[in-house]
Amino acid sequence: MEYVVITFLCLGILLYFLLGGADFGAGIIELFTSTENRSRTRKTMYQAIGPVWEANHMWLIIAIVILFVGFPHIYTTMSVYLHIPLLIMLIGIIARGTAFVFRHYDAVKDDMQWLYNRIFRYSSFVTPLFLGIIAGSVISGHIDTDAKDFLSAYIYSWLNWFSVAVGLFTVALCGFLAAIYLIGETDNDHDKRRFIKKAEYMNISAVIFGAMVFIAAQFDNIPLIDWVFRNTVGVTAIILASFSLILLWYLLIKGKTKVLRILAGFQVTMILVAISYAHFPNFIRLKNGSAISLFETVGPEKTIYSLGLALLLGSVLILPFLGYLFYKFQKKEE
Amino acid sequence: MDDFLAARSQMALSLGFHIIFSCIGMVMPFFMAVSHYKWLKTNDEVYKNLTKAWSKGVAIFFATGAVSGTMLSFELGLLWPKFMEHAGPIFGMPFSLEGTAFFIEAIALGFFLYGWNKLNKWFHWFTGMVVGVSGLASGILVVAANAWMNSPAGFDFVNGKYLNIDPIQAMFNKAWFSQALHMCLAAFTATGFAVAGVHALMILRDQNKEFHFKAFKIAATFACIGALLQPLSGDISAKDVAERQPAKLAAMEALYKTEKPAPLLIGGIVNEKDKTVKGAIKIPGALSFLAHGDFKAEVKGLDKIPENEHPPVAVTHYAFQIMVGIGTLLALISLVYFINLIRKRSLLEKRWLLKLFVLAVPLGYIALEAGWVVTEVGRQPWIIYGIMRTKDAVTPMPGIAYSFYIFSAIYLSLSCIVTFLLYRQIKMVPVLYNKTNHNDQ
Repeated sequence: MEYVVITFLCLGILLYFLLGGADFGAGIIELFTSTENRSRTRKTMYQAIGPVWEANHMWLIIAIVILFVGFPHIYTTMSVYLHIPLLIMLIGIIARGTAFVFRHYDAVKDDMQWLYNRIFRYSSFVTPLFLGIIAGSVISGHIDTDAKDFLSAYIYSWLNWFSVAVGLFTVALCGFLAAIYLIGETDNDHDKRRFIKKAEYMNISAVIFGAMVFIAAQFDNIPLIDWVFRNTVGVTAIILASFSLILLWYLLIKGKTKVLRILAGFQVTMILVAISYAHFPNFIRLKNGSAISLFETVGPEKTIYSLGLALLLGSVLILPFLGYLFYKFQKKEE
Repeated sequence: MDDFLAARSQMALSLGFHIIFSCIGMVMPFFMAVSHYKWLKTNDEVYKNLTKAWSKGVAIFFATGAVSGTMLSFELGLLWPKFMEHAGPIFGMPFSLEGTAFFIEAIALGFFLYGWNKLNKWFHWFTGMVVGVSGLASGILVVAANAWMNSPAGFDFVNGKYLNIDPIQAMFNKAWFSQALHMCLAAFTATGFAVAGVHALMILRDQNKEFHFKAFKIAATFACIGALLQPLSGDISAKDVAERQPAKLAAMEALYKTEKPAPLLIGGIVNEKDKTVKGAIKIPGALSFLAHGDFKAEVKGLDKIPENEHPPVAVTHYAFQIMVGIGTLLALISLVYFINLIRKRSLLEKRWLLKLFVLAVPLGYIALEAGWVVTEVGRQPWIIYGIMRTKDAVTPMPGIAYSFYIFSAIYLSLSCIVTFLLYRQIKMVPVLYNKTNHNDQ
């Protein structure tokens, strides 16, 4: 059952990155859209993510519940030492979710829209930034459980070059995923070209920020290159990601939509695999060189058994229903 | 503000906020489903408009409840890491099931809100029901987790270690049923009265009477059934608390001295220093009866409980009085409502009754929050009753006061915006009512 639970944990994190990421990305795209095109972008985006956005964010809840039920030590270590970025991410989630709903359901469309829009766009940027910072911090080895002073315990644990670079990289990836997703959601040729352009820019910035992650890793003495290139899985993932990148650009120029989505999702998955495989089953790297491993901190047997069962049962109920939701509300390809 | 107090305040604030939104989110779908059903059966456009109008409210409340719930799942660890480290694996079962229920609710809501004219009409109705049922299930499961903190089960506590963990037994702890029942009825009562009251106000103002009266009747019926059942559920809860948490019962009733038979105190001013209550109305033997079903039974007072295990008496006592007082009032209003309904009196002409409903708009929620205070403050100083103290669970990170201030500001502004949005929704009903002017989303 341990493996079932860990699989669901990884799946939850991955799907949150992909689906929640595309969702955040839509806000990022809106942020970087010129004023004249904004209202159309907003409309396309609303039709695309309106029905599914709540469900997309459930993956975070699934992941966090698995962590606190099955791996309480990991959950509490993160909660204590990454308190501040978690808090900012949460504020972002609250602000973004409510602004998104408010701006649509406000019965009178007036100046309040200005406020909702601002809040929505900026929080769409800040939330994945801090999500990335948290992800970066977990593997950065800056979390210092022996720290005596406030700064090294609660600030430097996440405020370092590597974590911030991962944060920016995450933002670019979210924007990229969203742009790819939106291409298929519009009928208007002008908009389609615009989203293709956006996807290209986002892809280029993802590559740049990706390179920055490696540079920052060198800066912070994190053996990222070793992790990625010293094992076959990492290397394979990187090769596949690079190949799919070429294919993706080709299709992007051709304007194919549905295949692009799969390809973009695949690419992000490969990146996550490449970065995380080398640590597995370690989850949090600590400053003193040790690590907190999934297997060593796994909860008691009965808990894991019932958690696994609940997840399996849940997925039988959820996945078909969720699949149908996506199917029903996607734009039909002509 | 010291960190411990700040952490407790932040938790109380977050839960107090979340509880209202999630109650609306779990009850309103049932109102919608009834109205939706009536539309499908009678083809009366008013019911369709009503369903749509309500569904917009639900969308706003659901999203707010969902984000504040996400916040809470992190906050448990952010504020109480030492509690979660031990409790997570034990009481996590209801949370993992709740995750499933919540997920289904979010999917169903997507179908429901965006499915007008796109889905088979009965499937569409069904998705609305799924929103309600899974919302209710989430509520029950979360309350079951809270009940575990009041009535720990499913593990052995040996020399500070938590052994032989059994999450199923933990979920079905002794308090889960009485707490969940009380909470669900409270949710229906409070939301029902709030919704009915708003529509009653519009009827009194002579606006779209047909629309608002149909809405009023659906909401009021749910509310009044809930309010009439609630005293029975309260009785089950009282007997349960008397058995499991005598300190909480004593604090609820400000019973400083063990008495046989014990009187029921109504109102009164508690002096925590002198351990006395002034000016309360005493009903002899009534507490003995409520707690143990026997007018002559002994009820344990706070004198039998070590001083360092006393909950704050005044807060618990006042909150309890407020809850019971309002509960009684709402039950009386419900009785009047049903008498009028049975006698087939025209409710529209009973303006005083409608005014009573308007008065009751905030009351249900005040009672609900007061009840929550009784459960949570009455459990203090324990976070896991009898096992772990709240102050031993708090995060080591300093400066929690600042996060408390930030969240107070956020929740306050969210409450204002949501109220403002609802006000606008209601104001727009005449536009929605005008068939040429309504759109489909």
